[in-house]
Amino acid sequence: MLDPMDATGVIDVAGLHRHYSGGGGFEAVRGVSFSVRRGELFALLGTNGAGKTSLLEVVEGLAPASSGTVRVLGRDPHSERRAVRPRVGIVLQDSGFPSELTVMEMTRMWAGTLSAPRPVGEALDLVNLGHRAKVGVRQLSGGERRRLDLALAVLGRPEVLFLDEPTSGLDPAARQGVWRLLRDLLDGGATMLLSTHHMDEAESLADRLAIMHQGLVVRTGTPAEVVGGQPARISFGWPAGVAPPLPVLPGGVTVQRTRGGVVLRTGDLQLTVAALLEWANHHDLRLHQFTAQAASLQETFLAVAEPNGTPHDEEWMG
Amino acid sequence: MTTTAQTVPAGRQHLRGSVRRIGSLARAEAVLLRRNPMALLTALGTPIVGVVLINAFPPTGAVPMPGATIAVTVTAYTLIFPLYYNLVTTLVARREELVLKRLRSSECSDAEILIGAAAPAMTIAWGQTIIGVIAATAVFGMALPVNPALVIVAVLLGTVVFVLLAAASTAMTRTVEMAQLSTLPVVVVSMALGGLFPPDMLPGPLPRIAQLLPLTQVVDLMWLGLTGTTRGGPDEWESFSGIVPALLVLGVWVAVGLLARRFMRWEPRK
Repeated sequence: MLDPMDATGVIDVAGLHRHYSGGGGFEAVRGVSFSVRRGELFALLGTNGAGKTSLLEVVEGLAPASSGTVRVLGRDPHSERRAVRPRVGIVLQDSGFPSELTVMEMTRMWAGTLSAPRPVGEALDLVNLGHRAKVGVRQLSGGERRRLDLALAVLGRPEVLFLDEPTSGLDPAARQGVWRLLRDLLDGGATMLLSTHHMDEAESLADRLAIMHQGLVVRTGTPAEVVGGQPARISFGWPAGVAPPLPVLPGGVTVQRTRGGVVLRTGDLQLTVAALLEWANHHDLRLHQFTAQAASLQETFLAVAEPNGTPHDEEWMG
Repeated sequence: MTTTAQTVPAGRQHLRGSVRRIGSLARAEAVLLRRNPMALLTALGTPIVGVVLINAFPPTGAVPMPGATIAVTVTAYTLIFPLYYNLVTTLVARREELVLKRLRSSECSDAEILIGAAAPAMTIAWGQTIIGVIAATAVFGMALPVNPALVIVAVLLGTVVFVLLAAASTAMTRTVEMAQLSTLPVVVVSMALGGLFPPDMLPGPLPRIAQLLPLTQVVDLMWLGLTGTTRGGPDEWESFSGIVPALLVLGVWVAVGLLARRFMRWEPRK
């Protein structure tokens, strides 16, 4: 069944603001726009307090927008919640399980609220919790609770999944398991909006992403596009003793001196590295802990989230 | 909003879904009640305590109808403790565990969440009322109810009012422990002013106030339905003319409850 709105996007957010009243008021989301296409995973990156959860709650239909519009599957997720909810699955930041129920009882209860649930056992097996069915929810580890959250979110075979930090508290192996499950669901045609502060999660899963900072989207695009504008990074320990000053290096290089070392940022990694090593060889210097790294999401994210977060004893040269 | 092509689900189909969702929540809530000894004791024990107390200290000056007195006492206790008080603690516990927030992310409507949470308490309250009426008839020599429909209407309206008041009371209740305090106004005022004793026995302006309270009117209507007279006097015809004002008072309380329910919060205060 095709929706007339499919041409634009499964999730469309335009000029969204969310304002909390009380305590002087606070604007958590300050004009955000993005669009998620069918079958795509769109990641929201941001530090704590960047506004990811406030934004997600509006897109999920838990809260109304203060201004701006949100459409999920062509409908307003808040005022038309009855039409939207049967087609979406939601992993909230906090689980919200009654502590006295078992895993099976909780899953059955949730299945009873859904229009077309999968078999309960199948959902638990998807997240590898089948063997814990009879255990009380309160006995679950943090990672197991998260997996149960995910099982409940996919229980209704949703077309759209909202995932608010779905792998928080998971060990690396369990995270890989969740990523596999999400990829399988994406292959099956699901559309996802996921928030995370794990860069590797976004790099591994996202078709496109947005970096949020202080309620605004400050970078958006494919991971390659977002990283693309950022300089590559070269670092090494400054040679002991008296060393000749760095030459003027090609590639638009900025130099930053840290405690006992040097960090260079360049727009042309290969050119800069070649010139740098030639200089070192010429002066017979050994550059300890030499690393050269293409621009990464991590770097981009830090540059956006902590624009003033560079070390104290910096010193500009070159 | 009306211009969008909205596929309105067939009314019956939606009702069926609604019943299924409420049923699922109610089943889980019943399991939780079974695993909560304090709530279970409140639910099952308080009406029995009420019957024992009313027998030990019968209201002086009341019409000597022990059967009807027992039946309405059971109903008064059951609306206040198993229904109102237990529902406040249940809703606060679910809110603080973030269960209500989770449920609001589901297909359930707010009303379905509330009814699902209240369903076990409602079932217990109605069950106890039925047992109370049967016991009053079989053991305490009460005649068969004169107007059963009136009894049913009284209990149903009382149920709606106290479920809504419970939802509203959660706004003033930060923790489950605090429910013991925050429910006191409704519990004490309802029971003292007209719930347990006929309002006529109260001094000063209190009888008038009592007549405006929901529990007083539920008990009066029920008494009328059971015996054909009011608690105060034997005049049948005059007492039946009191039905309309009683229903009006309860109707106003339903409206007040619906407005007050808006104060209910679905997640803990941050």
